[in-house]
Amino acid sequence: MMSGRRIMTADEIRRATIRLSHEIVEKQAGTDGLLLIGIQRRGVPLARRIAAAILENEGARVPVGALDITFYRDDLSLVAQQPVVKGTELPSGIDGRTVVLVDDVLYTGRTIRAAMDALVDFGRPQAIRLAVLVDRGHRELPIRADHVGKNVPTSREELVRVHLEETDGEDGVEIERIVDVPEPVGAGEPVG
Amino acid sequence: MSAVIDDAATTDVVVPSVDVAPESQPVGWRHRHLLDVDGLTAIDLDLVMRTADAMREVLARPIAKVPALRGRNVTILFYEASTRTRVSFEVAAKNLSADVVNIAAATSSVTKGESLIDTIRTVEALGAQMLVIRHSVSGAPYLAAEVFSGSVLNGGDGWHAHPTQALLDLYTMRSRLDGGSVAGRKIVILGDVLHSRVARSNIWSLTAAGADLWLCGPPTLLRGFEAWAGRGAAAGRRFHVTSSVEDALRDADVVMALRIQRERMASGLLPSLREYAARYGLTAARLALAKPAALVMHPGPMNEGVEIAAEVAAGPQSVITDQVTNGVAIRMALLYLLAGVASTGSGASPAANASPAA
Repeated sequence: MMSGRRIMTADEIRRATIRLSHEIVEKQAGTDGLLLIGIQRRGVPLARRIAAAILENEGARVPVGALDITFYRDDLSLVAQQPVVKGTELPSGIDGRTVVLVDDVLYTGRTIRAAMDALVDFGRPQAIRLAVLVDRGHRELPIRADHVGKNVPTSREELVRVHLEETDGEDGVEIERIVDVPEPVGAGEPVG
Repeated sequence: MSAVIDDAATTDVVVPSVDVAPESQPVGWRHRHLLDVDGLTAIDLDLVMRTADAMREVLARPIAKVPALRGRNVTILFYEASTRTRVSFEVAAKNLSADVVNIAAATSSVTKGESLIDTIRTVEALGAQMLVIRHSVSGAPYLAAEVFSGSVLNGGDGWHAHPTQALLDLYTMRSRLDGGSVAGRKIVILGDVLHSRVARSNIWSLTAAGADLWLCGPPTLLRGFEAWAGRGAAAGRRFHVTSSVEDALRDADVVMALRIQRERMASGLLPSLREYAARYGLTAARLALAKPAALVMHPGPMNEGVEIAAEVAAGPQSVITDQVTNGVAIRMALLYLLAGVASTGSGASPAANASPAA
């Protein structure tokens, strides 16, 4: 199933998730007003795992939602085929809450930009924070994560794949080189 | 899934199980135009229905608007009177943040003798990227598709096809029937089948989806359909034609009444509206022959008291207002899917940026 170089094992993902849950509660000084919203697809099971860890450590149930950002993508006019929409389900009322967006990989930041645009259509959160399992760098927008599971230096010619039990049957993060990669528009980085 | 994660799922929102293995995900949309439903595969139909589900969720939001089609020009060119289809397309396009241009032929240069082809070239030069067209001549959208460089959506052509109506009907049935499928269900289309593009498109999509389809009406309004039914049966489609309302309605799961157009009386196909209502109108007594939870549908506009009794149209089994809401969701889904195909070639798409999750 996995073919690249493994950079996180199932145990490492589990520990990172638990640490993220502690960091989120610490930053909020509790769980009051906290909402976890996973970005489709792998952000959703990650958000659930973080909520489960918070329940175990704090005894508090934090609501979990799912956000599909497809309609807010800035590259809809560029992709050859419309992405399949996966569905949005938010806990009622995000007004005045602290929303923690959860995603598997932070890369260009465009997904998070889209997610924030989508969120403000649903209401006015008191704050929006970002928790990711892997930050691989190469931001194209001024966006930074509040909570990071693991920082992974990568090149643009590499692909970071997160596998989760719920979506892929097993836990693990791997990195592999993309063969035959087209030159990204505007990327001034030397190859390699 | 472990027990720990099940615990998390019991918070106040149930996250839908939308995740499927990549290999079981539907393949993408490949059609540039929507001219009829006959070119759609079962996989295409499923993709439209799933996308419409997402659009229903958008419609339920406090702000029912997403930026998916921002900057796209959707031009609506209607050569025939329409309220619900035209407004439904307009609302759908606006909910996707498209720029909408509305042209009613009655107030356009068409009245000065401009040809269909010239009109299409003109609206294209004015920036139209997606064209929704309704025309009284069967096949007009096909001609439009040959001339127009963007996507053409058929909003109804002559007696031929009304694909968005057929798709919203299928969507309404699937969302209302137990089990979410029309396969094996007895579905009755009652009324003026002969002049109905709604019936023709529905025949195609419903039999393709495995329904047991019954067409019912006066013999004069069913001419030619027996032969079609015979050919359909040979191709494995379940398809019956009858003038007996009792045979058609008995144990039906869905009854769809069609509008009786008053101008049909003049052509001698029907003796009178009163006689039609007495013999073929969908009354509460006739509906009682169908299954207790049978759905009542009507594509609109209705002549209450003619093809459908007012108390049936507004009764508990009626899903007629559902059809209208679902019409917006289905048209949003189709505009969204077609916009992807229409935009290919509009610019180099670096693979590194193609997936926002990367």
